[in-house]
Amino acid sequence: MDETQVKIKEFLSRFLKSHDLQIDEDIFALGFVSSLLAMQLVAFVEKEFGIQVEDADLDLDNFRSIRAISDLVARKSAPATA
Amino acid sequence: MKLELTVVQRAARDEFRDFVSAEIHPHADRWDREAAISRKVIDALRARDYLGSNVVGKYGGVGRDMITYGLLTEEIARGCSSVRSLLTVHDMVAHAIQRWGSPEQRQSYLPALARGKVLAALALSEPNAGSDAAGVETTAADSNEGWVLNGQKKWTTFGQIAGLFLVLAKFEGQPTAFLVERESPGLTVRPLTGVWGTRASQLAELTFEGCCIPHGNLIGRIGFGLSHVIAAALEHGRYSVAWGAVGIGQACLDACRRYTAERRQFGVPLSDHQLIRRLLADMIVNVRAARLLCLRAGWLRDQRDPVAFMETMAAKYFASTMAVRAANDAVQIHGANGMSDEYPVGRYLRDAKVTEIIEGSTQIQQNALPMFDFEEF
Repeated sequence: MDETQVKIKEFLSRFLKSHDLQIDEDIFALGFVSSLLAMQLVAFVEKEFGIQVEDADLDLDNFRSIRAISDLVARKSAPATA
Repeated sequence: MKLELTVVQRAARDEFRDFVSAEIHPHADRWDREAAISRKVIDALRARDYLGSNVVGKYGGVGRDMITYGLLTEEIARGCSSVRSLLTVHDMVAHAIQRWGSPEQRQSYLPALARGKVLAALALSEPNAGSDAAGVETTAADSNEGWVLNGQKKWTTFGQIAGLFLVLAKFEGQPTAFLVERESPGLTVRPLTGVWGTRASQLAELTFEGCCIPHGNLIGRIGFGLSHVIAAALEHGRYSVAWGAVGIGQACLDACRRYTAERRQFGVPLSDHQLIRRLLADMIVNVRAARLLCLRAGWLRDQRDPVAFMETMAAKYFASTMAVRAANDAVQIHGANGMSDEYPVGRYLRDAKVTEIIEGSTQIQQNALPMFDFEEF
């Protein structure tokens, strides 16, 4: 995992206790994502990586796994092209 | 860690306090009896940028920070919890639009909300859906003309005068949020009377019968209406209600200070009786503790820290239960006078109880808080 993915794993692991979350593991399938965690996850990626999650980004596939979240961060962090 | 207000925040608090003492406190008991606040006080809130005050400058707001916003909410609630509830619901909707609205929705609605030109209300609860918000029965269907809503909402605070409603409905079984303007065809608003807490908060029942709204009034994405849009509104509401409960606690303390100094029994002021002092001591410490929790939650919210969600929940839980205890003790201290309309403490008790029910009941907070991993100090 790269640095971004490690940070995402650390954040999610706070809610998973003893489970060792894998990079492509579906966090929704694990059944621990409440609406409060969903909001916290958005706040976490915004604060930690300096991005703004918009309404258009509200797609479960953007938050389904460590890799999906890191891909979202990468896309949102990339400089806008003309 | 420095836990003190800035010079600007102190000045703002003094301004709020003076306003409430002059414009709200003297009228609150009458508004409570009449089950409505005055148009004049709403105009005064507008004129002072007290409505929608978290809306950022880009959309015409003053972008009040969360600490200052909390101080405003406390002071307003110290005077009248019904007026506080107007700020709460209006700002909940503004916050949700600012957080999850499309650029077009932000441009369309936020300037009017920031000026208080349009009042907003949250239409979430239904006859069969309270704490279980995912169980709403209001439906949305897609049509060529737009979204078509059918269903009923209940306990909509300030629904009687709101011009814009944030509504949760189900589209194909998925919780989805919509912005519904009051004039929308198929929407009927009826006053809901007979409540005994925050009696002047002008509750309404809304009925949607083939209520058609433009496609552009979907806010957030389909299926994210509760988990993100309404959740953002509720999180802001919890913060506002927590501060409102602190305001009630402070109002109880102020009333008891006055009463125990003036009222004499057994030849001495009540304040000389040790058992009364014990009640006052608990009230003083608990109000201060609740305020500190609110300040910490506000500071974290300003930092956009994910921990803010649980700290806000903790603050709301403690402050609302504290307010009920403080108001209960305030009535006890006032004795028979506490049961009379001549003193405000009975209203404080009724209004405090509301803070334990709205924006997540005490039991919802008790159920959720142990699931969080709180940071160690």
